[in-house]
Amino acid sequence: MSDKATPALNCLLPITVDNLSLALNDRVLIDRITCQIKGNGITVIMGPNGAGKSLFLRCLHGLVEPDSGQVHFAGKPPSPAIRQRQSMVFQAPTILRRTVLANLLFVARQRGVSNSQTSIDCLAQLRLDHLAQHPARLLSGGEKQRLALARALIIKPAVLFLDEPTSNLDPTSVETIERNLQLVSQQGTKIILVTHDLGQAKRLAGDVLFLHHGKLSEHSPATSFFKNPESKAAKDYLAGKLVL
Amino acid sequence: MSIYSDSLAAAFGLLATADSDLMEILYLSINVSLLSLVLSCAIGLPIGAILAIRQFHGRDTLVGIFNALMGLPPVVVGLLVYLHLSRSGPFGWLGLLYTPQAMVIAQMILITPIIIALSCQVLEDMHEGYKDFFDSLVVPKRTALVAYIIDARYSLMTVILAGFGRAVSEVGAVIIVGGNIDHLTRVMTTAIALETSKGELELALALGFVLLSISLAVNFLAQWLKASAKRRAYV
Repeated sequence: MSDKATPALNCLLPITVDNLSLALNDRVLIDRITCQIKGNGITVIMGPNGAGKSLFLRCLHGLVEPDSGQVHFAGKPPSPAIRQRQSMVFQAPTILRRTVLANLLFVARQRGVSNSQTSIDCLAQLRLDHLAQHPARLLSGGEKQRLALARALIIKPAVLFLDEPTSNLDPTSVETIERNLQLVSQQGTKIILVTHDLGQAKRLAGDVLFLHHGKLSEHSPATSFFKNPESKAAKDYLAGKLVL
Repeated sequence: MSIYSDSLAAAFGLLATADSDLMEILYLSINVSLLSLVLSCAIGLPIGAILAIRQFHGRDTLVGIFNALMGLPPVVVGLLVYLHLSRSGPFGWLGLLYTPQAMVIAQMILITPIIIALSCQVLEDMHEGYKDFFDSLVVPKRTALVAYIIDARYSLMTVILAGFGRAVSEVGAVIIVGGNIDHLTRVMTTAIALETSKGELELALALGFVLLSISLAVNFLAQWLKASAKRRAYV
C-alpha cells in the first residue's frame, strides 16, 4: 500500500465541537452542542429516535453544514483534505452497481490505493473474499454492510463514523463488524458510532454521548454512563422507559 | 385479410430478393437515423449530465422545457427547419434543403430533447442515490459523473434506443425538409406516405412491416437490456 493511503493516525484528534446548532423548517434539530471527543477507543452516540444523532454525525463528518457553531479536528476547521482522512458507514449503505471487488477498488483508487491484493485482504478480513466477483447489489443486508465497512477501512481512516451499521443484521454479521471495529480502534483509528443497541454500546463504547431533543444531555465514560447516568433522559433510556 | 397476407408476402419477397429500391430506402433511413442519434447523444448526454448534477438558477425551468420539448410536433419542427434552410432563410446559403443532411438536422431537433430529458432523469436518480457516499469520499464531480454513467449504462442505452425509435419512425419533419426525392431523400416513412397516396397499398404495407420490425427489434432490445441488467443486479 502506498504511503499516500496511510494517514497519520489520530492526527485529527481531539475533535472539538463548539456550540453546534442546526434547524430545519423552524424545528431545532441540533441545539448548541459543545463537547470534545478525544483519546483512542470508540465513542458511542446514543439517544432516542429524533434526538439528532445521525444529523450530529453528519455535521461532524461535514456532510451537513450547521447553522452555527464549529467543529475542529486537532484545532483545524473542516476541509476536503481532512474529510479525506475520514470514512463514514451509513445506515443504508450505498452500493455501486458493480462487483464487490469493483466497489472496493473504486474507493481505493480515490485514495491511490489500487492494489488488488490489499483489496482482497480487506474483503477477507470481513469474510467477503469469496464474493469478490459477485454483483454487489445481490448481497444480503449483512454482506452489504460488511462491504460498506470494508470500503471505509481500506483507506485506513484516522476517524471512522458509523451510523447504526448493524441495525437489522444477524448476530454473525454483527460479530464480524464489531470485531473489526475493535481491531481498527486498537490500531489507532478513532471510531464514532451511532447505535440504538445497548448491548453493542456496552461491548464497544469507551465514552458515550447521549443526545435528547437535539441537546447533549450527557458525555461520560462508558463505565460511569451505564452504571450511573447523570441525566434523567439517559436514566429512563437505559431503564427501558419511554423517553419523550 | 388478404391485403395483409399479400403485403407480408411482398415484404418478405422484397427483403429476400434484396430489392435495390428497398435496400436504398432502408440504408438511407438507418443512416439518417443513426447519424442524427449520434449527434443528438453528443449534444444531449452532456447537457443531461450537467442538469442532473449541477444546481444553478433556472435549472428546474430548463428541465421543464426539455421535458415539454419531448413532445415537439414533428411537422412544426419540419416547418421551422424548412424556413431556416430555404433560400430566403438565414441558412439558405448552405444549400441543405432537400438533402439527407437537412433530415438529420430535423431529426436531431426532435430527439435531442428526448435524450436530454431522459438521461437527466436517469443520472439525477444516480446522483441522489450516490450523493452522500461520494460527498463522504470527496469524489471529484468528473469522477462521480463517470461513475454514474458506468453504473447507469443499461438505463442510458435504453434512453438511446428510445431516441433511435423516435428517429426511425419519424415522418412529418423529414418529408418537409427532405422532400421525399427518389434515390436522394426517400426514407421508409416518407415512402410509405407516398405509396399510400398513390394507392400502392401492398408496397406501403410491406415497407410498414419492415419499419414495424425495426421498431419491434429496438423495443425488444431495450427490454432485453433492462431484464439483463436486472438479472445481474445492475439496476
